[in-house]
Amino acid sequence: MQIKLWINNKVFEDDIQSDILLIDYLRSKGFYSVKRGCETANCGLCTVHLEGKPVLSCSTLTVKANGLHVTTLEGMKEEVEEFGGFMADQGAEQCGFCSPGFIMNVLAMKKELVNPTELEIKQYLSGNLCRCTGYMSQLRAIKKYLELKKED
Amino acid sequence: MKSVSQGIRKKDAMALVTGKPVYTDDIAPSNCLIVKVLRSPHAHALIEEINTTVASKVPGIECILTYEDVPKSRFTMAGQSYPEPSPYDRLILDKRLRCVGDPVAIVAGIDDRCVDKALKLIKVKYEVLEAVLDFREAKDNKIIVHPEEDFKALCDFTGTDAKRNLCSTGNFTFGDVEEELSKCAHVIEQTYHTKANSQAMMETFRTFTELDIYGRLNITSSTQVPFHVRRILANALEIPKSKVRVIKPRIGGGFGAKQSVVSEVFPAIVTMKTGKPAKMVYTRKESMTSGSPRHEMEIKVRLGADEKGIIKAIYMYTLSNDGAYGEHGPTTVGLSGHKSMPLYNGANAYKFEYDVVYSNTMGSGAYRGYGATQGLFALESAVNELAAKINIDPVKIRELNMVSQGEVMPAYYNETANSCTLDKCLAKAKEMIDWDNKYPCRDIGDGKVRSVGVSMAMQGSGISNVDTAAVEIKLNDDGFYTLMIGASDMGTGCDTILAQMAADCLDCDVDNIVVHGVDTDQSPYDTGSYASSTTYITGGAVVKTCATLRNKIVEEGAKLLDCKVENVEFDGQKVFSLKDNKEMSLRDLGNATFVGGSKLLSASESHYSKVSPPPFMVGLVETEIDKLTGKVDIIDYVAVVDCGTVINPNLSRIQVEGGIGQGIGMALYEDISYDKNGRMRNDSFLQYKIPTRLDVGNIRVEFESSFEPTGPFGAKSIGEIVINTPAPALANAVYNGTKVNIRTLPITAEKIVMGMIKNEK
Repeated sequence: MQIKLWINNKVFEDDIQSDILLIDYLRSKGFYSVKRGCETANCGLCTVHLEGKPVLSCSTLTVKANGLHVTTLEGMKEEVEEFGGFMADQGAEQCGFCSPGFIMNVLAMKKELVNPTELEIKQYLSGNLCRCTGYMSQLRAIKKYLELKKED
Repeated sequence: MKSVSQGIRKKDAMALVTGKPVYTDDIAPSNCLIVKVLRSPHAHALIEEINTTVASKVPGIECILTYEDVPKSRFTMAGQSYPEPSPYDRLILDKRLRCVGDPVAIVAGIDDRCVDKALKLIKVKYEVLEAVLDFREAKDNKIIVHPEEDFKALCDFTGTDAKRNLCSTGNFTFGDVEEELSKCAHVIEQTYHTKANSQAMMETFRTFTELDIYGRLNITSSTQVPFHVRRILANALEIPKSKVRVIKPRIGGGFGAKQSVVSEVFPAIVTMKTGKPAKMVYTRKESMTSGSPRHEMEIKVRLGADEKGIIKAIYMYTLSNDGAYGEHGPTTVGLSGHKSMPLYNGANAYKFEYDVVYSNTMGSGAYRGYGATQGLFALESAVNELAAKINIDPVKIRELNMVSQGEVMPAYYNETANSCTLDKCLAKAKEMIDWDNKYPCRDIGDGKVRSVGVSMAMQGSGISNVDTAAVEIKLNDDGFYTLMIGASDMGTGCDTILAQMAADCLDCDVDNIVVHGVDTDQSPYDTGSYASSTTYITGGAVVKTCATLRNKIVEEGAKLLDCKVENVEFDGQKVFSLKDNKEMSLRDLGNATFVGGSKLLSASESHYSKVSPPPFMVGLVETEIDKLTGKVDIIDYVAVVDCGTVINPNLSRIQVEGGIGQGIGMALYEDISYDKNGRMRNDSFLQYKIPTRLDVGNIRVEFESSFEPTGPFGAKSIGEIVINTPAPALANAVYNGTKVNIRTLPITAEKIVMGMIKNEK
């Protein structure tokens, strides 16, 4: 079927099979930051933004994005590098495989929550699994980042 | 020192956080055939008939392989040095299926759709056999998992006897345990049971393969052991090792899972048969059901102490379930005794016996901790039970009995603890969590109790006399260095920490060291990143290589400066002779070596160790338990670690925090379980829960560095020990809060409540 959508503000018009998942479509277009860690919508690795809101691209049909704007990690270079720097300063990326989905959700959280408490941060991001870090370093990175953004 | 002990960023950090395409599936050619495997629905069966005619006709299908199409040499998938202790008990595809998930057929086609369709059209007639699913019944069972005549064990010490379902058996004795136990005022005799766990690294197993311009099989794989993959694939495919090249890109986590070959053989044989590039990406379900999980173990402990609580004798018997195949079976079991008992080094006698059995469950593998985790749950729990029995503080009993620096450890291959600050670790941890005020528990109302628990741990640093690593360092123009390593960075940061060591050895900035990932055609040999070996063993090779290169730089500098070599020095920036008042910058020297009249400078040294110095640590946990529901919340987890010199504090800290996170999962919920037919019940993240950030509480980490004389810059290992304390510490906290001893993992709410009900009766 015919679709038209915007990925990182570039328009894509395509003839797709109706059952293709957004994650597979995005990867087929070269947006390799989008990762799959499970098939059951549990891990959060595939998080992208649909009209600015975080969604699991493994559980979103591409057709659902028809006429809409999808943003992947590749499309938020500046913010990603800024927050990513805080991750890197902690060593919090470790294997890095969960980083893209995690960062997409952190950036969504930053827009959505004002001065979140530690618990609110953990709750917002609880769907983003990480097997390497034990999460503490990610929390340190987020706190430092949010402090800086508060000062800005 | 400029780089070592600095928490600098990983060299690949920004590439990873910005989502660069650096993992196996990101760099696979787009024309790869998609490879999938039809898997056995039965725990034990023979393939009577397999018909692929209809399936082969699906448009896009390139090949379908069955047991009739694969080489007939048995091999092991265990990534270990040759001769591997793991028996050669596998074929790529076998007529006999030994567990649910065993591969029945390999299907390759141009896309997922056609392959999925073909998988459904393969017709298989199975002769279903009775299976042995309970590993306690496996030894000497009439059902034999490996009856085949061509089964082969390479190492005598493993005591393998396939006809008895024994993958391995053995024992160790020091002193007379029975005699000592008979003299003890207090004896604890209990059995502990740890479960199979999935490593659950975020990137599942995956590999792509292609033939290069020389007709050689190129394998790009998410692996911890590229050089072992080369040998294993050559064995499996019956081709010379010279025909195989293995490349390791970035890896999305390993934790031991990728110390076995798992996905590699399937696309490899497809490429060999078709000449075409092929790719296999395991689903999460496949990673769960057909991976390389932790060995389930049942461990009997007899622990004797005098009236004051001084431990006099330790007996351990470990029964380990290797499942359908023997990967890592004979070696993991040893750690359950040898990397637990030495913590209590003052005993007069030790005895350790073990059996590793085959059964019709998924084959096991290597998982962080590698048997030590299981043994430490048992022994540390027994020590806590001993403390309770004689009514002393479990921290106190450790203070009375723990190993200390300088002691010879009879239960640890008679090695000497040359570096050990376990006493300081315990003292600091105790202070950090305010143990004396919190032990054992306090009622906080609302049916809730807050309690604390303790565990110590140890591990090794590399496999003594087995693990070996070489690195090569080249001096380039403008004076930058290329560090070639064969160790696999799997996110842990070894590319960076090895460069930190090289930078200090060569007196330069870490940015002046370029590191290259692993390619078996180009990288120097390294056994691989496992057994807590990389910092200690490969780091040792870095230190040696830098020393050799420095000598070469001085020699060549002397020649170019026309000075006597004994007058020339190198300070990292320049070679110079004070006597002759001459100098040449490293930049100029590097450039000079790139034209005639000089020579190119590089050095390569290899390193192994005759010892495997243990890191030590203490984990203390504070929990809040709801006595009505049995729910356990972790409030605070304090860990203090002696890993020798800390090379990169940030990365070491995350090893500790991450290992504790995984250990919490193992302790509280992770439990691979099977139904009566041998099918895994919890084969997805819906049912197999790993900790989220809401589950781990607050983890606080400190280091109490010792200096290991045999380690690079005084370093020991950090990667594995960190998973060992949560299970026993949490079990202890649960006991201190509820008086319930949980001896079978995981420590579920249900078990706690049932235990409390039982205690009330």
